[in-house]
Amino acid sequence: MSLLALQRDFRAWLAEESHEAAARFGDAARPGLDIYLNNYRSQLVACLSETFERVRQWLGEERFLSIAAAHIDLTPPGAWTLDAYAQGFPDSLERLFADAPEVAELGWLDLALAEAFVGPDGPALDAAALGEVDWDDAVLRIAPTLATRAFVTNAAAIWSALSAGEMPPPVKHLAETATILVWRKDLVSCFRTAEPHEADLLALAGDGATFAALCAQLIGRLGEETGVSAAGALLGRWLGEGLVVGTE
Amino acid sequence: MHGSSFGLGLRKPHYADFLEGESSVPVDFVEVISENFMVAGGKPRQILRQVRERHPVALHGVSMSVGSADGVDRDYLRRLRALVDEIEPMIVSDHLCWTRIEGFNSHDLLPLPYTEEALDIVCANIAVAQDLLGRAMLIENPSSYVAFDDAPMTEWEFLDAMSERTGCGLLLDVNNIFVSATNHGFDPHTYLAGIPADRVRQIHLAGHSRGRTMLIDTHDKPVPPAVWALYEAAITRLGPVATMIERDDDIPPLAELLDELAIARRLARGEARQAA
Repeated sequence: MSLLALQRDFRAWLAEESHEAAARFGDAARPGLDIYLNNYRSQLVACLSETFERVRQWLGEERFLSIAAAHIDLTPPGAWTLDAYAQGFPDSLERLFADAPEVAELGWLDLALAEAFVGPDGPALDAAALGEVDWDDAVLRIAPTLATRAFVTNAAAIWSALSAGEMPPPVKHLAETATILVWRKDLVSCFRTAEPHEADLLALAGDGATFAALCAQLIGRLGEETGVSAAGALLGRWLGEGLVVGTE
Repeated sequence: MHGSSFGLGLRKPHYADFLEGESSVPVDFVEVISENFMVAGGKPRQILRQVRERHPVALHGVSMSVGSADGVDRDYLRRLRALVDEIEPMIVSDHLCWTRIEGFNSHDLLPLPYTEEALDIVCANIAVAQDLLGRAMLIENPSSYVAFDDAPMTEWEFLDAMSERTGCGLLLDVNNIFVSATNHGFDPHTYLAGIPADRVRQIHLAGHSRGRTMLIDTHDKPVPPAVWALYEAAITRLGPVATMIERDDDIPPLAELLDELAIARRLARGEARQAA
């Protein structure tokens, strides 16, 4: 058997539990193959359990493990880093819990926080240089770890309660969709619900719009006086929270 | 430079010990799992940079897959090279195994048949890796649970030939020798005798567990007496070699691992294991 054929058989055993492939290694190999299969699946379960801790708490251990096993059956890992294996799980949650959207939302939040934790470093904010900025032309540099998602439930509140070891609130469908922002400030991943219009403005800034263009957006929505003051307040908040890490 | 040095694996429960104490942890080097730090940024990279300010670092990988029949992943190697350039490690190592084939990644160290074909593939892959990394690597003998009886070479013969052809060094995991020898019924001292002593640059020590049918390389227990005895035989044959203890599960307080490392130091000096 060529090495390629052997490795394809091993893959078929691990990913599909192909007994036909296992048989080609001979009867004596079976105890060892079982150990490799157990190692393979245990690693993937551990990855999902660690990354999706709040989903696991929300669903309960037994149900989570059953869903993780089903996901592993359908989704063999492809990337060299085990961390990447977590990326496909929220899609499985969305498919499996179409009538309970808070589960996929919890999953997205678990994953987004984990990814922000090891995401790219932004430049350190130079507070002194902000005084010299020409705000008419300035383009805000948004935290490179920022991720956003529309939530239709109070999953963010459920996540916070579970994280604090408190009794989570019952699931509630929001009257209006909320946008959740996830990013990393210094070394800590954080999240919050965006204010109205805030996610749009962050997206505009991320696309290279000037701060003046963001102000114009707000003035168009809120009027001259309120718009200018809202823009100033948002900028101050973004700088304080590390959502803006500088200007260009 | 690495001869009589003794190190520990850097694991999360010990980050504070390594970073916050007024004096450095008394080790000559620390070894980290490369992939844990091959990330874009954030706390892991910062921790590694801080540890590097205090200690020499060995980068030990688990995903290079030098045994893949379809070659090594060049994107992986480029990322590893970036980490190497930043950290300037004393050692870069990975395993004699395969983890990936045709887009599937097992995240486990899978066994190779010790054939001429596999030797050609492993040597070609190591050559690509060493070229991209700009340095010689160390390759570690794995624990294994499946042996390919029709393979013409023993593992030690394969390691010898691989090292000779690629110029790579060897990382000898004494626990892995013990585990594989028990599982496959060969004499671990014959293994040691067949290893090219001048190519061994580092030794790993660890504990294992007894599974239903085989020993499993779990790294969740102290180094057991049988592995210490084999280590004693190894250093008698090899001379001073950089030695470190791996512990990946049921991780005890750092002091317990330092006590274990003290045993390795005593044995390397030719003293009895139990001596004070």
